[in-house]
Amino acid sequence: MLGFGVDRLQADINRLLTSLFHQGVLDEQFLQLQQLQDETSPTFVYDVINIYFDESEKLLRSLRLLLMDREFSDYKKIGLHLNQLVGSSSSIGARRVRNVCVAFRSASELNNRPGCLRGLEIVEHEYHYLKNMMHELFQLEQQRLLAAGVRYPM
Amino acid sequence: MVCEMETDQIEEMDVEVLSSMWPDDVGTQADNQFNVEKPAGDSDTLKEVDIAEKRTMADLKRLPELLNTTDQGSSQLTNLVRQWEYMQDHAVRLLREELKILTRQREEAEAKELKIIEEHNFETEEPESVPVLDETSHLFRRFRQKKRDELVDSKRVVIDEEFDTVAYWKQKALSLEKMLEASTERERRLIEKLNESLKTMESHSAPVEELTQNLKRAEGFLHFILQNAPIVMGHQDKDLRYLFIYNKFPSLREQDILGKTGVEIFHGGGVKESEDFKREVLEKGKASKREITFETELFGSKTFLIYVEPVYNKAREKIGINYMGMEVTDQVRKREKMAKLREDNAVRKAMESELTKTIHITEETMRAKQMLATMSHEIRSPLSGVVGMAEILSTTKLDKEQRQLLNVMISSGDLVLQLINDILDLSKVESGVMKLEATKFRPREVVKHVLQTAAASLKKDLTLEGNIADEVPILVVGDVLRIRQILTNLISNAIKFTHRGKVGIKLKVISEPSFASDKEQNETSVWICCDVYDTGIGIPENALPCLFKKYMQASADHARKYGGTGLGLAICKQLVELMGGQLTVTSQVNLGSTFTFILPYKVATSDDHSDDQDEFSDMVDHHQPEPDDTTEGYFQFKALLGSIYSNGGPVMGSNFLPHKAMLTSPIKLINGSVADPSNSSGQSQTVQVENGGYMDESESAHQYGNGNGHRCSYKESESCSSSQASSEMESELTVSSPREEEKTETEVKETSQPKILLVEDNKINIMVAKSMMKQLGYTMDIANNGVEAINAVKDTSYDLVLMDVCMPVMDGLKATRLIRSYEESGNWDAAIEAGVDIKTSESEQGCERSTDRLPIVAMTANTLAESSEECYANGMDSFISKPVTLQKLKECLQQYLQ
Repeated sequence: MLGFGVDRLQADINRLLTSLFHQGVLDEQFLQLQQLQDETSPTFVYDVINIYFDESEKLLRSLRLLLMDREFSDYKKIGLHLNQLVGSSSSIGARRVRNVCVAFRSASELNNRPGCLRGLEIVEHEYHYLKNMMHELFQLEQQRLLAAGVRYPM
Repeated sequence: MVCEMETDQIEEMDVEVLSSMWPDDVGTQADNQFNVEKPAGDSDTLKEVDIAEKRTMADLKRLPELLNTTDQGSSQLTNLVRQWEYMQDHAVRLLREELKILTRQREEAEAKELKIIEEHNFETEEPESVPVLDETSHLFRRFRQKKRDELVDSKRVVIDEEFDTVAYWKQKALSLEKMLEASTERERRLIEKLNESLKTMESHSAPVEELTQNLKRAEGFLHFILQNAPIVMGHQDKDLRYLFIYNKFPSLREQDILGKTGVEIFHGGGVKESEDFKREVLEKGKASKREITFETELFGSKTFLIYVEPVYNKAREKIGINYMGMEVTDQVRKREKMAKLREDNAVRKAMESELTKTIHITEETMRAKQMLATMSHEIRSPLSGVVGMAEILSTTKLDKEQRQLLNVMISSGDLVLQLINDILDLSKVESGVMKLEATKFRPREVVKHVLQTAAASLKKDLTLEGNIADEVPILVVGDVLRIRQILTNLISNAIKFTHRGKVGIKLKVISEPSFASDKEQNETSVWICCDVYDTGIGIPENALPCLFKKYMQASADHARKYGGTGLGLAICKQLVELMGGQLTVTSQVNLGSTFTFILPYKVATSDDHSDDQDEFSDMVDHHQPEPDDTTEGYFQFKALLGSIYSNGGPVMGSNFLPHKAMLTSPIKLINGSVADPSNSSGQSQTVQVENGGYMDESESAHQYGNGNGHRCSYKESESCSSSQASSEMESELTVSSPREEEKTETEVKETSQPKILLVEDNKINIMVAKSMMKQLGYTMDIANNGVEAINAVKDTSYDLVLMDVCMPVMDGLKATRLIRSYEESGNWDAAIEAGVDIKTSESEQGCERSTDRLPIVAMTANTLAESSEECYANGMDSFISKPVTLQKLKECLQQYLQ
């Protein structure tokens, strides 16, 4: 187990990443993030993604509140939130979240409330999917690190 | 006898009464009498006769017959009337004759009677004494009396007859008397009848009138119908001579037509045809219709629908034809128009379907192209990742072999990237997405830089030269990037196919070419002809036509030998044409080729440098434009063989970073300035050394391998410079020119750490960018919005600002505008006006600082042309599309931190 775990975990990670890339959940920008991770910041990706989730959570909550309000009309604010979300999503390479956000944004630009509600739902769905996937990825990564750590002294 | 007569009369009366159908009790006796006295009965009989006569004369059956027999149909009515009158006259004459005959008969009869009486008298002379005489005289008297209608006498005769003396005479006298009586009676009747007839003749002028009216009505009807009908009717005899014509267009009189044939009357088109047609009908004996267009002097061009039928006489012999023509010119015209329209319609439909097909094909092609572009884009992104990573890898510590492998990797990646960029460019041009930008630039510099860049990667013993005619304006307006792209393409192409000799660019002003559309030309535009010539292998004539086609090379051999995609020239041509110019080529095998492109430019005024934003002028003479540099017309560069890896040579830029190579000023042969005397190696860094204040930047550039990627050589320094090294690897690039202040890379790094400001509101983006900067060896300050950015710029002198466009509080565009306004005016009034809280305490220092243009690079999520235009319009120098990658960031830093 000690010896084989790393390779298997690495293969799992690769497979997961491949499938995420294949589905378009992630894009090459995520690789950029991974590149930026080095000895000086070994948990860079994890940190960034975590911050991303924190920020996005807030934004999504705010968006939901805004849209749930019956007398709501502040599409501009929605647009600003979405800009943030689009920007950070594209920065970490969360392509699908970014794309659905863009669609959501165009609905908000048209003051299309049903479109916005639907957009929000899709964004939330994509967001949660991404979060789950990332969670899985980081768990695998952690296990791999552990496994690698175990193996290293040998 | 009297009784007989009376009964006769009574019978007549009865008949009369019956015939009149009057009942007996109607009317008085006098009425009856009156009726009897009226010649009603006679008139009745006469009427019957009359009617019979009238029928025969005015028989309508005779009308067509008349029409057939009359020569002049138009005068039929007069003829009819004349005939009628004639016949009436005839009837009168006949009656008169009859009357005459009757009168003569009567006279004869009277004469006879007289003779008989005389005879009788003579015979009775003898027995005069006999009372018979009395009787005979009585008889005679009675006859006379009777003749005078004296009924009293006849009574007496009856009484006399009873007297029986001589049987023979008596018998004879009786029979004679009877004959006479009958004759008299007949005579009387006839006279009566004649009188009646004469009377009714007058009264029966009524039927004539009736008939005339009928005829008039018929004529009126016909006239009414035909009055405005465009109809010609006629009858022609066997020789096709007109016997009758009715013409709505009576341009000819009857006598001009009648008795003549059509050919004799008209001249012109259609006459012969109609004549032939009539003859044909006459021969065949079958009625038919035909449309004939006449082109006659008489009535111009008219089309008639002609109906012709043969006419037979009673013996079934053809005697002529009837023809009827209706003018249908308008209808024919309409019909022809319709036919034409229908034809047009059909043609249009065919064209439409053809077009649809073409559109379909085009759409397919476009889709394919789009797909190609998309795919290219999709490939480019990961590939740039690969190349970028390889580049990062090359910055780490590697052994020689690894480095070499990595170099191959990077250059291959670059090649593929270049190819993909080409494809993208091409599809952009083809789909019309590519937009040209108008910027001011100096053609001389462009040529110089292109040559410099080319020389940088030159591995052949070639001379590169540039020759610009004096009349070429110093500053023109055009899309400098595209023009540079064209020049670079052509030059690299020329170098590729040239093994010895030279490759050069020649610029000259020409007059407006013929293909130019004159509408867009004005006095400020100038046509510049650019020749890119070489002494290479040349192009065979048969390969010229497909030279500019995509993916085509002169031959398969060439493709193998020289590589390349064959896209370069196609892109060049499309770009040139997009800019309204023309690209042509002349070539001789083994002697060389010359590619010539002609482009229109607007002449810019060279005095306002503030607007001069193009990258070359920014880089070359951002601070103090070198006066000579702008006007010099000749450059020469030479490649240095064997310089790779050798020591002492200046840095050689790698070819995928073209802007790196633009720093060096070439040695000008014109002013004959040789190397700086103080510079023993004769190195061509003279200008840079002399050009103080420019030094630091160039040095800082070296650290990224932005060396002067070429040798600027001239004859005297050739041997020297040929020993200089160049390397394609950035990490090994060293500033090896024998300058006084030689520094190692690290030293440079330490002393001139550039100050960078990132303006960005998104935490994630900040994190990522910061990490990337760290990887590239920089640190940077962060501002979260435009206001913070302005304050930061005010307080610190930055070398580069990376500005997000979309931000809360104040967006990047506005912030940039305000910073630019500060640079121009030297104060922050505009910013204060815009509501930015300027901290005045520290601002003094900021105000004093030089107002050099601060490079501001936009970071935008949108890479579309509109967005880039917006960025430029707001004073930004460039833009990076989001998401920011290491590669993009690095290129940007290399471009601006020199």
